[in-house]
Amino acid sequence: MKVLLSGNEAVARGGYEFGVSVAAGYPGTPSTEILENIVHFSEIYCQWSPNEKVALETGIGASLAGARTLVTMKHVGLNVAADPFMTLAYTGVNAGLVIVCADDPGMHSSQNEQDNRFYAKFAQVPLLEPSDSQEAKDLVGFGLEISEKYDTPVLLRLTTRISHSKSLTEVKDQRIVSSIGPFAKDPKKYVMIPAHSRKRHVLMKTRTKSLRALSESTDWNRCEMNDKKIGIICGSIAYQYAKEVLPEASYLKLGMSHPLPHKLITDFARHVEKLYVLEELTPFIEDQVKAMGISVEGRSMLPDTGELTPDIVAQAFLHESAPKGYHPGVELPPRPPVMCPGCPHRGLFYTLSRKKIRAMGDIGCYTLSVLPPLQAMDTCICMGASIGTAHGFNKASQGSDVPPVVGVIGDSTFLHSGLTGLLDVAYNQGNSTIIILDNRTTAMTGFQHHPGTGLTLQGKETRAVDLKALAESFGISRVHEVDPYDLKQLSQVIDREVKASEPSLIISRRPCVLLERKKRKTKPVQRQVAVDLCTGCKACLKLGCPAISFLAEDKAVIDPLMCNGCPVCEQVCKAGAIQSVAI
Amino acid sequence: MKMKKKKDILIVGVGGQGIIVASEILADVGKEAGFDVKKSEVHGMSQRGGSVSTHVRFGKQVFSPLIRQGKVDFLLAFELLEALRWVNFLSPHGAALVNNLKINPTTVSSGSMEYPSNIAHLLKESGHTIQLIEGINLAEQAGSKRAVNIVLLGALSGFLPDIAEEMWLKVIRSRVSAKTLQANEKAFYLGRKDA
Repeated sequence: MKVLLSGNEAVARGGYEFGVSVAAGYPGTPSTEILENIVHFSEIYCQWSPNEKVALETGIGASLAGARTLVTMKHVGLNVAADPFMTLAYTGVNAGLVIVCADDPGMHSSQNEQDNRFYAKFAQVPLLEPSDSQEAKDLVGFGLEISEKYDTPVLLRLTTRISHSKSLTEVKDQRIVSSIGPFAKDPKKYVMIPAHSRKRHVLMKTRTKSLRALSESTDWNRCEMNDKKIGIICGSIAYQYAKEVLPEASYLKLGMSHPLPHKLITDFARHVEKLYVLEELTPFIEDQVKAMGISVEGRSMLPDTGELTPDIVAQAFLHESAPKGYHPGVELPPRPPVMCPGCPHRGLFYTLSRKKIRAMGDIGCYTLSVLPPLQAMDTCICMGASIGTAHGFNKASQGSDVPPVVGVIGDSTFLHSGLTGLLDVAYNQGNSTIIILDNRTTAMTGFQHHPGTGLTLQGKETRAVDLKALAESFGISRVHEVDPYDLKQLSQVIDREVKASEPSLIISRRPCVLLERKKRKTKPVQRQVAVDLCTGCKACLKLGCPAISFLAEDKAVIDPLMCNGCPVCEQVCKAGAIQSVAI
Repeated sequence: MKMKKKKDILIVGVGGQGIIVASEILADVGKEAGFDVKKSEVHGMSQRGGSVSTHVRFGKQVFSPLIRQGKVDFLLAFELLEALRWVNFLSPHGAALVNNLKINPTTVSSGSMEYPSNIAHLLKESGHTIQLIEGINLAEQAGSKRAVNIVLLGALSGFLPDIAEEMWLKVIRSRVSAKTLQANEKAFYLGRKDA
């Protein structure tokens, strides 16, 4: 039966069909829906791990115990999991272990556009790249099979356009049962002390040779000979764009792109007049082909950064100029994403912004506070970076007249990789104020549970971490819980804590308004503007709430369709013009 | 089955307007009608009230999930400014079906930029067929304010004579809750009649 599946749904389906029994990951766009779909298969144990490193280590343990395993993450997640990943490549596996990572060319929802194909080459493990959902599903099976046969973890690399595009996929009801035996004690394989690692590294070189032979012979790397004037080596989504624009060309389509099939490439190059590589982000394949002494072109024809599109491919290969189309002759206001009406983060960032306190930021919905009008975030590097950055900044500024900065971090992000940062502040006698934006969920990626919510991915009730007790156990005695809807309390606590000479933790706690809206039975107490009282001072606009706008006659107006009924704007209006709507 | 002509449809609007659900229904309809189908969307940071665009493609064999600029057959716009932003993706013979609704982006509500005042006129200036649809009114008439996306799909269905009405209804029935089915069916018919 053929069904329409996204790349992520297809990977989940592949997990079921090819006998995966354990799956772990951390949410991250564009990879999140893999585990959110795997949870529907009762045959598979699955979990959100606190972070990608723990997810991969869980995956290693499961593989050793004999379970076929998937570990999922976004591209930057593999940076977090790189430590186990690099040495897992030495130990190899027991049952098949496939690491699915989703790159984000064009940075639709990411802080960088790193090309994770290099991780496969770096770690010396096979790299598989689907170009549609059918291939995504089937490559899960192929990946598990070669993981077991060649004793190696396998990197299955998706991209946003693979993960979030739907295409027709043949699904089967039967599920393969893996025949891998239980763990057998084998310290030379699994205990990576130098003496053992040196021997394993030699074996890895042999393994790469065998994998290259596989890359030459597998059907996943295939030539599609057509018009021989142009030959294009490509895989992933670039293949689809090329086929769209250049249906007559010849192709060497690579589903397994590390190790590269040298002989296949040489033969293909010989049979075409002009050879190209079409790939997104970096000349990963092209540079290797050039190193083989083969004349090839590709990257130089394309923009240096960003994702490919069929239009870019057409401009590069057909020398088409960019389509002119119709331009209305007026400037179109951009529509950036914003924090939702009623978002509990708004009050906190409004307060920081008014006080001109610098905030070392982190990854989550709250990163949107960098945009006007709040402009309340000063850095955003990676998951968990806010705390270490604040600590370092404040250490360096001690004794100067530079005011201290705060670190702001979401609850899920804190539990992902903020713990060690906070430990650093406590241990090294910092004085930083760290603010946890505790909205009781992983909101940005679509409300996933985490160790603070009391529920697991599979919906089981579980223990929830107590953030206050945790910080106190680190030796931080100044811990305050505040409601970000209460601007007065927020302001007082922040003023007091940034002046303190010891570290402090402020837990700004209120559930995500979207979560609350789903649970809510009654209508929220919305706010409206009493037009006769509105002085037109625009103070409310400084909140950046999308429900509030300004009318031509210089009065604020609140859109009742958008207002989620938070009291923050009411507190900001000095004229008392914003009032609760009587129900 | 006789193979029908390819159709490239771009659905645009503001995060939270029900665009993804509309694109899911449309893609399923294409599949039911015997086409190869591809659909592309973006999640995460691009939602949260930002501009959202979803590509849906039907054809004998579809390669790219993204439609090329200037090749879109139908632009289904849930909001006026977004319609204007994407109208240049239409092919010369393409048509735009536009929900007559204005949602201020924060760049406008904060007073830093102006919302273009005469969008309907500017859209017509593009030379494309432009059909304005009173989505919210029709959805309210059907009994559910949230059924704007079904009204718009109903309007689009009027432009796709190859696909039987029953096929649309079959997919809509499979996608909406029993409680809202009646309102959604009515919304579909009102949209279809309006187009």
